[in-house]
Amino acid sequence: MSTLQMVSGTEKSTTIPMIKLGTFLLMLPLLLWLFLLIILPHLDLLTVSLREKLGYREYAFSFQNYIEFFTEPLYWNTFVRTAVMSIVATAITLVVGFPVSYYIAKVLKGKKRNLLFMMCLIPFWVSELVRTFGWMILLRESGVISSFLQWAGLVDGPVELLYSDATLMVGLVYTSMLFMVVPLVSVLDTLDDSLIEAGYDLGGSTYSILREIVIPHAMPGIASGCIVVFMLTLGNYLTPTLLGGKDSLWFTEQIYNQFITRFNWESGSAFGFLLLFLSSAIVFVGLKLSRQTLADTVK
Amino acid sequence: MIPSLPQSKFSTRLYAAYITLFFIYLAAPLVVVGVFAFNDSLFPSMPWNGFTFDWFIGTEDSRIGVFNDGQLLESIGYSGFIAICVTLLSVFVGTCNAFLFERHTFRGKNILYIFALMPLVIPGVILGISILIFTNSIANGVEDSFGLDLDFLRPGLFIVIMGQFAFVTTITTLVISARLRKFDTSLEEAALNLGATKWEAVKTITLPFLKPAMIGAGIVCFLMSFENFNTTLMLVGSDSPLTITMFDRLKQGSTPALNAVSLMLMVVSGVLALISVFVQRDKKVPDSE
Repeated sequence: MSTLQMVSGTEKSTTIPMIKLGTFLLMLPLLLWLFLLIILPHLDLLTVSLREKLGYREYAFSFQNYIEFFTEPLYWNTFVRTAVMSIVATAITLVVGFPVSYYIAKVLKGKKRNLLFMMCLIPFWVSELVRTFGWMILLRESGVISSFLQWAGLVDGPVELLYSDATLMVGLVYTSMLFMVVPLVSVLDTLDDSLIEAGYDLGGSTYSILREIVIPHAMPGIASGCIVVFMLTLGNYLTPTLLGGKDSLWFTEQIYNQFITRFNWESGSAFGFLLLFLSSAIVFVGLKLSRQTLADTVK
Repeated sequence: MIPSLPQSKFSTRLYAAYITLFFIYLAAPLVVVGVFAFNDSLFPSMPWNGFTFDWFIGTEDSRIGVFNDGQLLESIGYSGFIAICVTLLSVFVGTCNAFLFERHTFRGKNILYIFALMPLVIPGVILGISILIFTNSIANGVEDSFGLDLDFLRPGLFIVIMGQFAFVTTITTLVISARLRKFDTSLEEAALNLGATKWEAVKTITLPFLKPAMIGAGIVCFLMSFENFNTTLMLVGSDSPLTITMFDRLKQGSTPALNAVSLMLMVVSGVLALISVFVQRDKKVPDSE
């Protein structure tokens, strides 16, 4: 790509320094898309978050919505809780997903490998709603697991497994798994087997080979997997709403409540902006720490 | 570690057992959703009361099957309409973007590229509320200054389509760009030498080459749109698409008709996913072998 661009770039810069009409026409859909649907709406979100409602369509500039967020413990706690739970979910996804990715990339070969990889991907073509519904059927009081436990004689009566933080974790990890496994498999694919063999020949134990060879090599994949999973978990709405308990409010639910239930768009926008800020900040820090760019991550 | 190294039978078995457990974890929720679509009971839960097709074709009041449930069918219609609009729009814009980013140089290209990737890092709920606020501002502004009521800018199908289009276009741009990058430009030059116009060359040579990527991206778009929840939730009006209708029923507690819909959804998305994988796989053959 880069050589092609350099060649065409030198050609064009000698002819006209301005943007050509053809280029401009091609750029028009992009500009319309980005300005009308991404940039302006988010600027509007920022403006709305920085105003205070005085009366019907009467507003004044104010930091009131942000002050309210920092002074009201409920909002603040939900925010921190959502961030912490997302970090935990990301860590669990990594720990669960890594051995699976390693198995697919390094232990299996050929057709079997492709089949297992496909099996990893297929559940994620199914709507998140259906997947969450599945967990509800499994875990609810009259659900499959509760009935199984009673049948096996492990418990006396029906057990409610829904609406707890542990259930929420199971659901969040499930939903994010694909975004961890895909980058891990592709990065582990590029690890040469002979490096592992060399480590073994030099007397390395499984643990030391893992720590000295495999994990350092997989670092870019681990980083991009973690970034994506964290982002998606933070912005998740469905899983916390359906699987989480009454007191495990997710920050996106808070935003939804402000907007739709309480019709307080000003404070909802402020919350939205804070979530966007947290999400981008974590992505930015993650990319910097792993020395990657956003463009690398999407590949 | 790897098959070429000696290892104890115990650890190999343990590893295989872990992988098996993992796949049970992946499959379990989907399997139960499917199985309970046939349970002869009013609730999608234990106990198993026997096999029935009622949740697909039932007509009685308390046991209305999917095919006789007007509300569900209507919401499937809305979802389909939205998904088709989103797919056509985003494949078109994605193709334009691919040509722009791969073939043209201009000032500010890198910044525009970063902006084009932005929708990937914006949580769906936030994208939804920002578009909701923005369309509402425009609609209010127009109403105040011209006295016109632009109804399509209020929550409803149009802004749902816009909201989904906003992030799906990033995916089509990336998929189609990746394919265009592999195109050998000398083929197009040959067509130009043979007297074709620029547009003719693109239409007869380049676009057919891009077709697998466009179809693949289109299928992904269709599914992403059909199954989108977060962005849609914030923008939806009175015409609920399927995911919103299902969510409302799920919260209220529903009959296994919901399982029947889910099962059909799984089958359709599974088939579409396989098609997209095979369409995309064709392009890889000349590269790798």
